[in-house]
Amino acid sequence: MLIKRPDDFIPSEITPQGLYLRRREFIKTGVGLMGMAAGASLLLPEAHAAPKPTAPFSTAKKSPYSTIDEALTPHHDVTNYNNYYEFGTGKADPSRRADTLQTRPWTVSIEGLVKQPKTLGIDDILKLAPLEERIYRMRCVEGWSMVIPWVGFPLSSLLKQVEPLGSAKYVEFYTAVQPENMPGVRRRVLDWPYIEGLRLDEAMHPLTIMAVGLYGETLPNQNGAPMRLVVPWKYGFKGGKSIVKIRFTDKEPRTSWMKAGPNEYGFYSNVNPEVDHPRWSQAKERRIGDILKRPTLMFNGYAEQVASLYTGMNLKINF
Amino acid sequence: MSLQQPNPHSIAVTKAVLFIFCLLPLAWLVAAFCADVLRINPFGLPEELLGANPIETVIRDLGTWALRFILLTLCITPLRKLTGMHWLLRLRRMLGLFAFFYALLHFNIYLGLDQGYDWAEIAKDILKRPFITVGMLTFVLMLPLALTSSNAMIKALGGKAWQRLHQLIYPLSICAVLHYWWLVKLDTTQPGIYAGLLTILLMVRVRDYWLKLRQRY
Repeated sequence: MLIKRPDDFIPSEITPQGLYLRRREFIKTGVGLMGMAAGASLLLPEAHAAPKPTAPFSTAKKSPYSTIDEALTPHHDVTNYNNYYEFGTGKADPSRRADTLQTRPWTVSIEGLVKQPKTLGIDDILKLAPLEERIYRMRCVEGWSMVIPWVGFPLSSLLKQVEPLGSAKYVEFYTAVQPENMPGVRRRVLDWPYIEGLRLDEAMHPLTIMAVGLYGETLPNQNGAPMRLVVPWKYGFKGGKSIVKIRFTDKEPRTSWMKAGPNEYGFYSNVNPEVDHPRWSQAKERRIGDILKRPTLMFNGYAEQVASLYTGMNLKINF
Repeated sequence: MSLQQPNPHSIAVTKAVLFIFCLLPLAWLVAAFCADVLRINPFGLPEELLGANPIETVIRDLGTWALRFILLTLCITPLRKLTGMHWLLRLRRMLGLFAFFYALLHFNIYLGLDQGYDWAEIAKDILKRPFITVGMLTFVLMLPLALTSSNAMIKALGGKAWQRLHQLIYPLSICAVLHYWWLVKLDTTQPGIYAGLLTILLMVRVRDYWLKLRQRY
């Protein structure tokens, strides 16, 4: 497998911390010029909350896999506009309700077709590999996107702990079910626990990470604390939140969304502007903070690094 | 003055008050949009009223209000029969026109801010996506009703033909609910509530029609 890194990377091109804050200013100026708000809006101060100064992961090292030329989605939007159906199907439900999620003690069992099944405590997992900042685009299947500075480590460094057997072809991810703490699981909108899955080579790909933080802070509950999967070239729902179990199998996992809508959600769910959701187009997306939509990029802009995983596959059939 | 037969003055006042009430959802959306997106906030509204995706919230809220006004319009006849307050009929046109007004805004913001007036893409969207097709159909069916809402048009068409034309509200109300239903990713609770209300309102018509048929024979 050939893994390419973006070749146009210059560290000095990393968006300065304060720059992302100005994106709303850009929008309001733009709209102002359209004649709807000339002048007045410029007098108002920027109101978005910046990350807390006490961020525990602020020393996470920068990564060459981070996107470099895009403004970060404001912290407030990343943590208040979420899909986490265990806490309700509204976008604001998770941020309002997820404080009940119990994230300690927390163990993750890694099992299935492995030589060394293990159950690891979350605090030990945090020490497995150096934490990195990974600034990734996140494209939701619903047609919106964000740019999020995750803190995490490559999933591969966790998977290597258990020595997968040669027969293992897929990895299944099980997310937490805490009925007393999760009002959303009382309704069976999805088949709980939420199950996601990757092919082994996708799981081992260096872009695939387990995130334990964002904006230098501990991962907020509504974003999938204490540890969630992030696969930046796939639609956001592939990134299971609050992972409690990882299982190696030889069969393609049947994920929760595949069970909910087999015609609408496939196993791969790679971001692909040419393969539409049966009910809506995937050609464009609205970056949170923007007014107009922008074109969606093949593999969410990570084609250079991941397209080789799918050589020869018909992506319309394997959607 | 009685509730059954109010004097013309009270009806005029009721209409004026209703008109202002019908504009409130729009006023709210405009104020929230100004505060949230344009950062013009003279009333000191709280932050992020429309969420992180304000355009989508505005489009969806306008659509929901169009649907609500369709259902309100359909409430008039049963309410009139139930209460004997026949003057309610005189509010129906305003409610219907507000349904059209909110649908028009909903449609235009979809064209402009969702699709960026990309006509080729819009045409594809309408042809390919059942939920857009049925939404478009709802709007197209509302057009003749809005255009023939004046007294002059009622006269020109003649009462019978006008009434028959305006029965288009039945199919278009079903289209409007379908449009909502097919848009939702998974949790159909909200469209389910509107579908339930519409079913009740339509069943009232079916029952009345059936009773009328039985009387005739």
